[in-house]
Amino acid sequence: MVSVRRIMSDLRLFGRGYLRNAAGLFFGLIFPVILILIFGAIFSSGFSGTITLYVQNQDDDQVSTSFVDALNHTGTINTVLVSSSENFSQYLSAHSASDGIIIPAGFSAKYIAGEPVNVTVYGNPSQSSSAIISGTVMGVVNGFNLKRYGGLPIIGVTQTTAQAQVTKYIDFLVPGLVGFSILVSPMFSLVNISSEYKRTKLFKQLSLTPLTKIEWLASKVLFYILLSVASFLLMVAVGVFAFGAHIVLSLWLIPFLILGPMLFASLGMLVGTVSKSTETASVVGNIITFPMMFLAGTFFPISLMPTYLQHFAHVLPLFYIIDGLNGVMIYSNYAQAAIDLVVVTVITIVFFVAAVRLFKWRED
Amino acid sequence: MIPVEVSSVKKSYGDVKAVDGVSFSVNEGEVFALLGPNGAGKTTLIEILEGLRKRDEGTVKVLSLDPWENGYVLHRRIGVIPQDFTFFDKANPREAVKYYADLFGVSVDADEILREVVLEDSAGVLFENLSGGQKQKMGLALSLVNSAELLFLDEPTTGLDPNARRAIWDVIRGLRSKGKTVILTTHYLDEAEQLSDRVAIMNHGRIVAMGSSDEIIEAHGSGERLEVHGTEELAAYVKANTKLKVKYNGKGLISIAISQEHDALAALTAIEESGLEWHDLHTRRDSLDDVFVKLVSGRIDEKGEIRVENIGDNSHDQRRG
Repeated sequence: MVSVRRIMSDLRLFGRGYLRNAAGLFFGLIFPVILILIFGAIFSSGFSGTITLYVQNQDDDQVSTSFVDALNHTGTINTVLVSSSENFSQYLSAHSASDGIIIPAGFSAKYIAGEPVNVTVYGNPSQSSSAIISGTVMGVVNGFNLKRYGGLPIIGVTQTTAQAQVTKYIDFLVPGLVGFSILVSPMFSLVNISSEYKRTKLFKQLSLTPLTKIEWLASKVLFYILLSVASFLLMVAVGVFAFGAHIVLSLWLIPFLILGPMLFASLGMLVGTVSKSTETASVVGNIITFPMMFLAGTFFPISLMPTYLQHFAHVLPLFYIIDGLNGVMIYSNYAQAAIDLVVVTVITIVFFVAAVRLFKWRED
Repeated sequence: MIPVEVSSVKKSYGDVKAVDGVSFSVNEGEVFALLGPNGAGKTTLIEILEGLRKRDEGTVKVLSLDPWENGYVLHRRIGVIPQDFTFFDKANPREAVKYYADLFGVSVDADEILREVVLEDSAGVLFENLSGGQKQKMGLALSLVNSAELLFLDEPTTGLDPNARRAIWDVIRGLRSKGKTVILTTHYLDEAEQLSDRVAIMNHGRIVAMGSSDEIIEAHGSGERLEVHGTEELAAYVKANTKLKVKYNGKGLISIAISQEHDALAALTAIEESGLEWHDLHTRRDSLDDVFVKLVSGRIDEKGEIRVENIGDNSHDQRRG
């Protein structure tokens, strides 16, 4: 009954039309890459994990210089020296900064003499960076105090992370935006064309040919699978080569890249089919798509969100795709990916069957 | 085999009887036109025949099949241009023909089919860039892909300029000469008259007249009449001195019904005897226009389209004055 020849013919015609449409091509392939470039650039270089600390060293002697060096070696702080002639608090506000430290004149002499001396730490209690700075400065101060009296540390700290590789923001961004493109292209496109073809009666015309509605939908699903794979490869390439993302490529990705576009093509079809007009379809489509675009773990891991939003994310189909992609690409956690895959499979089957059932070529 | 047989078909949408008890059949190799004003039920009827709509009552056999129940089988054997034919914007006519050929599982020479509808020069132009007439020709081309013997053309020239319409007419005449059976709907009188062997005039969901143009004029027209320009006085004189039916239109035109040959002689004699002024004497028969206007109580506007105003009130009908 289902003819491969008809599916392939419809796929060819649709694909060619898509490639001739600059806007579709842009949103399907180029836009997700631009997002990776933008977000990757913002968070990979700017947010490198170190906090800028302005230091006014009024002492500028041997001990105070090594104190500043010690701050720099913590790996948390990046110091910027401020000339002693500046008014420090005015300088901070002029640079829109709140974090700074003043090392008073005579610091080195007093340290060597064993007399008490204070460093002044500027900070903003409402910012987490200030807490990190005061903690770091205290750590360095304690180290210097201990050293002054020739003490040896009793408790040592060994730092390590759960993963073999340190997970960076870009590592989350690539699977997140792969999910984003799996969602956006098929969803918006199918919402649009299924309501538009209904309005222009193109579906009615197709119903006069041997093409069946399952064949029609199958060719759309196939097309968006191909587009998603292309977009996936492009994004992974940009993530790895431009930002050094650590990504595991495994056969486990294949079912997600197949089921994802199928899920959202079916959902888009469903929305376009049940909506009476093109306008309604686009509104309903947006209401369904936008929360997923931002809350399903696309631009940042959902663990950063408040608990109630994390609960909400669990009702979004895209969450399970991105969670699965994270499981495979970042953590190599295939047990997690398997659970996600089961959920995605069930949702996809439900949406696909509902779309085919409710979608009518012709009216009574 | 009779390609199309329709008996007592009805279709309502709520209180609106779109098709209200229609029966007719279409013979092999003929061009059959459903003519009527907008809203007469032509498209509903033709879509019932194509299997796109479900009828409420009656029987329909198209190529011996029930179009609603066996639409999938029937569609392989008929060619259709729906009203307001449209296609994928980013495909060109050659690709469209190949696409249809793949869907129907036939192999065709796309350029040959496009030549047949005189579209070969635009074979590579995207659908969105074709003119209205070219789009309609592409629709015709697609309806030819599966070599159907029976074609349904729903308002094939609506909205086209006169040249484009004539070009489509030529194509339809070509189809007829190849022995294809064509059912077309139109609200252009000249189109029905020019193209069809038989016309069914539809109004308010019913067929109000059917047959060849001559047969319809014969059955519903007012017969032959003598028309002469003269005064109201002359009209009154002829009326008083003969047994003939005489009408005066108030603007200097006298119309005298002629049913036998000597009626004409009697009329001429009376006119001559009156001694009054007259000129421009000629005989006239009702045209299909006249009959049509009478049947659908509408009028024909400057574009040749039928307009129905004040349904059920004939006093506004200027053509009948």
